[in-house]
Amino acid sequence: MTDRSSTVAVVVLFPDLLGTYGDGGNGLVLHRRLQWRGIASDLLEVPSGSPVPETAQLYLLGGGEDAPQTEAARELGTDGPLHRAVEAGAVVLAVCAGMQICGVSFPDNQGRPQEGLGLLDCVTVKTDEPRAVGELLVDADDRFGLPPLTGFENHGGRTRPGPSATTLGGVRAGVGNGDGTEGVLADHGDGRGKVLGTYLHGPALARNPALADVLLAWALGMAPADLAPLPEADAEADALRAVRLSAATRGNLDGVAHRTWRDRLTRRS
Amino acid sequence: MAPSAPLPLRSRAAVAAGRAVAGASKVARLGTGSVVGGNVALRLDPGLLRRLTAGRRIVIVSGTNGKTTTTALLRAALATAGPVASNALGANMPPGIVAALGRAEPGAAAALEVDERWVPAVLEAVDSATLVLLNLSRDQLDRSHEVRKIAETWRAACAAPAVQRVIANADDPLVAWAAGDAAEVVWVGTGGWWTLDASGCPACGGRIVFDADGWACTACGFSRPEPSWALAPGHEVVVHGEERIELDLGLPGRANAANAAMVLAAADGYGIAPAHALPAMRTVQSVAGRYRTADIDGVSVRMLLAKNPAGWQEAIDMLAPPPRPVVAAINARIADGRDPSWLWDVPYERLAGRYVVATGERRHDLAVRLRYAQVDHGVAESLDGAVAMAAAEGDDDAVDLIANYTAFQDYLDQVGREP
Repeated sequence: MTDRSSTVAVVVLFPDLLGTYGDGGNGLVLHRRLQWRGIASDLLEVPSGSPVPETAQLYLLGGGEDAPQTEAARELGTDGPLHRAVEAGAVVLAVCAGMQICGVSFPDNQGRPQEGLGLLDCVTVKTDEPRAVGELLVDADDRFGLPPLTGFENHGGRTRPGPSATTLGGVRAGVGNGDGTEGVLADHGDGRGKVLGTYLHGPALARNPALADVLLAWALGMAPADLAPLPEADAEADALRAVRLSAATRGNLDGVAHRTWRDRLTRRS
Repeated sequence: MAPSAPLPLRSRAAVAAGRAVAGASKVARLGTGSVVGGNVALRLDPGLLRRLTAGRRIVIVSGTNGKTTTTALLRAALATAGPVASNALGANMPPGIVAALGRAEPGAAAALEVDERWVPAVLEAVDSATLVLLNLSRDQLDRSHEVRKIAETWRAACAAPAVQRVIANADDPLVAWAAGDAAEVVWVGTGGWWTLDASGCPACGGRIVFDADGWACTACGFSRPEPSWALAPGHEVVVHGEERIELDLGLPGRANAANAAMVLAAADGYGIAPAHALPAMRTVQSVAGRYRTADIDGVSVRMLLAKNPAGWQEAIDMLAPPPRPVVAAINARIADGRDPSWLWDVPYERLAGRYVVATGERRHDLAVRLRYAQVDHGVAESLDGAVAMAAAEGDDDAVDLIANYTAFQDYLDQVGREP
């Protein structure tokens, strides 16, 4: 998408099915960062059962429970409006359940493999490993030019990137894909839009504004360094990142000095 | 009602041991002591809950939001007809319930708040109960990651013979589905509005559409049951479409009016008429510190609790109008849920026009959310600092505080638990 004169449309897909972990916030982050740079932007929430627009520049899929995830995959199909949008250059960020359904196959609530959208070269499987819940810290692959990525992960499946896939990076703390890597990128370099999957909740773009800007740059067809600076620096996110990075590396989830005996004795579960 | 049999020696010893531990815990300033004491009692006598509930009139209140306040209103209503035991401080799992009942006189009715995940287990231990089901929405994402699973366990529990009657919120599709198999349901229309977790039909997986008249599934026809009690605009309750009752509660907000409507329906089932119950319910003005006003360094701080997106929506409705500043406090300890990404489901945009100070252990998560909500904000580490920073932006030395669960408990300790 190189037409910078027109409004950039950001579509949050199926928030009613894939909105369990606040991932709708990723749409708001992209929308505001466009607006703050003086770029006109529309933020659209498209619930399931509604027609999916094909002409937007950015699409977002969030996390969700097993049954709604399967329903979302069924509605999006293997050759639908989202596929045509990607063909035309649209960028997709797919988080957690959203990433799983974008792959070749993913497990349903009985653990049976279901056909995915085929937008990412990966397969997600159920294993007997415990559910991955906690802080996730990722060293992004050099190609992204990104600082460490922070988020919260909460998933049962393990994702196996395929031969044509690039990952988002390597896991420094947490589980991620389950093989030491995190996330899956489809980058065909032939005019098709990039599709990025990740297990980072938080939402991911709130905790990692530099990643938001990479997605915006992809959608606008420019280098991230060429994006206009924001009128106000990301002071809040900088402060949050400092705490979360330290929490993930020290296993200290509260970001506070200690847990008291009172916490231990009176905690509710 | 059958007179309660005397407790066996083991149970009496367990209750006494629990009380002793609770007392020691309280003296050691570890909290109210009821949970740790109840834990000890249940270790000594695992059948204690069954024995302590036998022969009592039991009303169980559950739901994601409003449990503690509703239980307090219920306790007031039932007390007009005789003694009532209650786990009034929100200790809502078996240890807290055991602690409350261990102190109760024989034959006293019980108004029990029960954690939504513990409803089936508690129902298994009672012979007969009325169940009040308020609402179900997302809470503590890393623990109860599937709110629908709770609805399923409720549905099975509601069909148990021990459940005499269910008072159910007709405006929450998950609750309506959960209560569907019960022997007797009294439907209450609350004008609920939190639809984010209910758009997938609990009966068939189809899509539920909400409109001004209620809700219905577009696929299977599952729809809002016709309520016999309904909350009307202006905080009136309409009974059987005829009688209109002015609530005039001592508690703020639409959510508490809805809670009161549920309580009126529950009390009516025990022969306590609204005209009798309401004067007692109106005396409830703060519940376990919620809604009370504390003085912090000369600033008047009204304390509100909100634990999840639906609760925040309700709490924002209760705020004084701008320019009254707001202190918002977020923790993410185990009891809160480790993942505060739900902050992005809260409509903080509605705070625009107010100055908001973010505090609590996850204040930076909240500050990022407030930036994108375009709400004027500051960040402060301590409650005192946050209150002072907020008050400096107001004009009358008064601020509203909204805190989530463990932050609220910490602040209650700080300002003193007794008003």
